[in-house]
Amino acid sequence: MGAFNPALAVELLVRFIREEVTKVGFQRGVLGLSGGLDSAVVAHLTARALGPENTYGVLMPYRTSDPASISDAQLVADQLGIRTILVEITPMVDAYFERFPDADRVRRGNVMARMRMLVLYDLSAALRALVIGTSNKTELLVGYGTIYGDMAAAMWPLGDLYKTEVRQLAEYLGVPERIRQKPPTADLWVGQSDEEELGITYEVLDAILVELVDRRLTVEALVRNGYEEALVRRVAEMVRRSHFKRRTPLCPKISSRSIGHDFRYKRDWGS
Amino acid sequence: MRFTIALAQIRPVLGDVLRNLAQHLEVIARAAKQGADLVVFPELSLTGYYLEDLVPDVALELARSEVVAALREASATHHVDLAFGGVEVSEDFRFFNSAIYVSQGEIIHVHRKLYLPTYGMFDEGRYLAPGDILRAFDTRLGRMGMLICEDMWHPSSVYLLAQDGAQILLCLSAGPGRGVRGETKLGSVEAWETITRAAAQAYMLYVVYVNRVGFEDGAVFSGGSVIVDPFGRPVVSAPMLDEAVLVGEVDLQEIRRARTFYPLLRDERLDLVLRELRRIYAQRYHLSPYDGGF
Repeated sequence: MGAFNPALAVELLVRFIREEVTKVGFQRGVLGLSGGLDSAVVAHLTARALGPENTYGVLMPYRTSDPASISDAQLVADQLGIRTILVEITPMVDAYFERFPDADRVRRGNVMARMRMLVLYDLSAALRALVIGTSNKTELLVGYGTIYGDMAAAMWPLGDLYKTEVRQLAEYLGVPERIRQKPPTADLWVGQSDEEELGITYEVLDAILVELVDRRLTVEALVRNGYEEALVRRVAEMVRRSHFKRRTPLCPKISSRSIGHDFRYKRDWGS
Repeated sequence: MRFTIALAQIRPVLGDVLRNLAQHLEVIARAAKQGADLVVFPELSLTGYYLEDLVPDVALELARSEVVAALREASATHHVDLAFGGVEVSEDFRFFNSAIYVSQGEIIHVHRKLYLPTYGMFDEGRYLAPGDILRAFDTRLGRMGMLICEDMWHPSSVYLLAQDGAQILLCLSAGPGRGVRGETKLGSVEAWETITRAAAQAYMLYVVYVNRVGFEDGAVFSGGSVIVDPFGRPVVSAPMLDEAVLVGEVDLQEIRRARTFYPLLRDERLDLVLRELRRIYAQRYHLSPYDGGF
């Protein structure tokens, strides 16, 4: 087995976006463009799949967002010739927290993520465009995302690619060096860093996830292969504890045929 | 005997039999214009693959189905044989993943998928019943055998059809694409190349592999349909991932040539195989010679 082949992955993902968007009757995609790596890659893929004229990048800064986020997002949009829409979320978020002035930064971060979701889904209706999510496999597996916030989308084109693979896609697609080099951050508060918050680098995290998830090795096997036991257990626990975020809400089973139990159809039913 | 086979590498719509029928009829007309004597469609070409609870809704009673009648009529009108896939419901209301061979307006043969993958990304065994008969059959174009996708991953299926005299093996497939670590091709496509060529070469017969394309809920079907000659050489290959209708020529004399060079089928030891299989079977199920029936 060779190395990850970004050209082949791009070929599949572009077709995935094009087919899954158009066959349900849409031509356009809308995504949050943060200035970071993941949304830059999704913007590239969506522009290739649907055309730049059908791709809308929405810039949604909060007053504490890094000013470079806006300029980097604009850089990607200019590179691709996609349309951009600027929606400041500061007044909406601040209006909400007048009611809860003591809310901590996690609550504030979640509300920002969900405010952006609200904007994207409103524009989705206004533009007749599907929301293209930017979550990757690493953050989905460890639950590093806000449910019904940045995780809310019609599809996750990067949902089967680890962060380190997304970096390879970015290089292959020609995402500007400046965006590829900056440290990953959710940019929900000043100085936030994915790797500091997770307590692990993406290289190590992805390597562990590949062993646990893709290769189905046990924690014990990883320890035998030289990984630190506490670290592996912590990652495995993150995956387990965040599983609820990857599932639809629980529904009781009390009738003869129940949603989430034995009423089974694919989303692409009839298309 | 030489004739032309069309590979109908299509993208069925999930659960919409009438739209898929219209697509079949359009492809048949086009292939007939290209001189096809036989058009081979993918697995579940009339229904799409991830049917789940749609299975009973799309199931056909082959003898009464108007959809099948339309295809029978098309085979007569265009003077072209057809192999296509659908869900078949039996008299006792079991549902099968079936491949149907039609010639000059009549159903000549039905193959019910033997091995229903129910693991990983597959869940066929939950909704469908497995077939339990495997036979080669005679057509106006030669003796054929049909397999459906997973069937071909069991070498015994190919072995049995070859022993039963199949000259042309049709494999109708809905093979998902996976693995982005190859030089140019998906891992799953390379795997199918290996087994189709190996089957053709080991049994000196033609392999006609037709895989669908398109996405269903994020899973991609990777195409790569191909006709492989009895020396293991591709006669015509469809692209990965794109819809295509391609024709290739088959010459049954090539089978004679291949079997002259490599008389492996002549040298096959059915008696040996049966003897050893009986022993293995008896041991596996703890049968004594007095249990009878083996």
